[in-house]
Amino acid sequence: MSTGQAGPPAPQGLMGFVHRRRRGAELVLLILSLVVGIGAYAAVGLGVDGTLPVNLFTYGAWLAGLVIACHVVIRIFAAYADPILLPIVSALNGIGLAMIHRIDLARQASRPSSNGFADAQLVWMTLGAILFVAVLIIVRDHRRLQSFTYTFGLAAIVLLLLPLLPGIGRTINGSRIWINLGPMSFQPGEVAKVLLVIAFAGYLVLHRDALALAGRRFLFVDLPRGRDLGPILAMWLVSLGILVFQRDLGSSLLFFGLFLVMLYVATERPGWLVVGGVMFAAGAYAGFVALGHVHARVEAWLHPFSPDVNSFQLVQGLYGMGWGGLVGRGLGQGQPQVTPLAWSDFILPSLGEELGLTGVMAIILLYGILVERGLRTALICRDNFGKLMATGLATVLALQVFVVIGGVTRLIPLTGLTTPFLSQGGSSLVANWVIIALLIRISDHARRPPPELVEPDEDYDADATQVVKIR
Amino acid sequence: MSELTLVLIRFAYLAILWIFVLSCISVIRSDMFGARVARQEAGGPSRAERKARSKQQKSSKPRRGVPTQVVIVEGGNKGEAVSLEHAPLLIGRGNDAAIRLDDDYVSTRHARIASSGEQWFVEDLGSTNGTYVGTSRISQATALQLGTQIRIGKTILELRK
Repeated sequence: MSTGQAGPPAPQGLMGFVHRRRRGAELVLLILSLVVGIGAYAAVGLGVDGTLPVNLFTYGAWLAGLVIACHVVIRIFAAYADPILLPIVSALNGIGLAMIHRIDLARQASRPSSNGFADAQLVWMTLGAILFVAVLIIVRDHRRLQSFTYTFGLAAIVLLLLPLLPGIGRTINGSRIWINLGPMSFQPGEVAKVLLVIAFAGYLVLHRDALALAGRRFLFVDLPRGRDLGPILAMWLVSLGILVFQRDLGSSLLFFGLFLVMLYVATERPGWLVVGGVMFAAGAYAGFVALGHVHARVEAWLHPFSPDVNSFQLVQGLYGMGWGGLVGRGLGQGQPQVTPLAWSDFILPSLGEELGLTGVMAIILLYGILVERGLRTALICRDNFGKLMATGLATVLALQVFVVIGGVTRLIPLTGLTTPFLSQGGSSLVANWVIIALLIRISDHARRPPPELVEPDEDYDADATQVVKIR
Repeated sequence: MSELTLVLIRFAYLAILWIFVLSCISVIRSDMFGARVARQEAGGPSRAERKARSKQQKSSKPRRGVPTQVVIVEGGNKGEAVSLEHAPLLIGRGNDAAIRLDDDYVSTRHARIASSGEQWFVEDLGSTNGTYVGTSRISQATALQLGTQIRIGKTILELRK
């Protein structure tokens, strides 16, 4: 919303225009998204076995039940929320489930003993939907979260340190980012990213004025003052710590990028981007020189076809997408299972192989719309905390998508991050559902029309309390 | 399963995927432009507007006029008046504020006064010390009447005719 004083007063004044509830549109889109998700499952069955899957009906009913339950909760608790967020999430999640199921089938065909991931993923999705509902019911006003700024910040740091503890920490695929929870394992970093967004938003809302003060001027850019470098330095060290001790390139990039974007949005100072960019470059170069796993990733990115570089996975993914071509092999017709981790980090090349460029473009467009709706929520939100939080949540999604899709398409070095809602991985799925719930909560607040005034009676006192009716 | 059926399924699925994407975009489009028009044709004037209109017809008492200016009745800038013609008005200590207050307890961009139809609102912009209407600190856009006092820091503003 513009705050400019110039120009004639808008006819609707305060809000520009009044948003409608749009719950009907959401329901229609949800049904379409279920067609996309369940259709993918059916197409996989037809492509692999030649018949519809036996459990198509129960599977479809389960999926439909979940999203319709979410829709009903939105109708009751967030009636003005953005109508596009939930359908996109439902569609992406459905596509992801179908693809994981498809790779399970292929792996079990060659080795009947191998375990499937799709069932566990459906359980995690259910858990995600339950958390989604819980967040909408518990968090009635996102501004209340501001009072937990430092609690959440501390909790995020504790969660990030948990995997390093000897008792519960676990190392899987070279990264020490897991903890044991009984029979399951969990990535606390995924939860930490949501908490960090809230903590950053709360901190920056209070300190943006000080952080926006200009220091030395250099090449047309006002650099920030030296004494304000504390927070960004701390965040830089945390990111480097994740890179060195947990060997997790993706999260390191995500956290630092997130902080930088939110700092820039809060202060409107391009100087922070310069400072952050220089720090990032320095950290990345130091990592490249000193850390073996970073060096290996960069080598695989620069020379994937060289015989003495370990880039089998990346090259398999690239060939898969190449084989898929413009329209893909068709669901169940390709061979995505030959790529290692085709069901998690490399799910996008798997989809590229079977749905082709046309399908991948649709998926990337869906992510684009998701991020756009998040940023639009930030634009129309009326309080600064909500603005920053929505920006941060949208940025988390955008950075994840960029880092992982950029990685598998060899735009940037490959780093391990999950593709939101598509990849197999419970912690990430649950955390992303919570992100969407928070975005829906903020957008409901932002789109809700201003309260109507109910005048008590004809002649009133200036001091009298006015009854304000909130729709 | 014949080759042809599989090809048909493949293209049908891509079509479904794109239909979904395009319907999302069409909902975004109608969300952007459709709101104001649809509101007018659907529900006619809203309750607030209707109420305000009926009020106007009923009572043409002298007190119930349309506010035309904001007057600073207390504080460092006491006596200053700003016309409401250029609404929305930004209140704060910053250079871009329409009502610039010389008051240490006022934030750079503190609050905003704007109108919706006939109704005037004041809205806090995330200030440090808050905006008060009457005695309560406001947390969202709050309606104003002629003579309602808005307290910002040590300054009190009032809507006048």
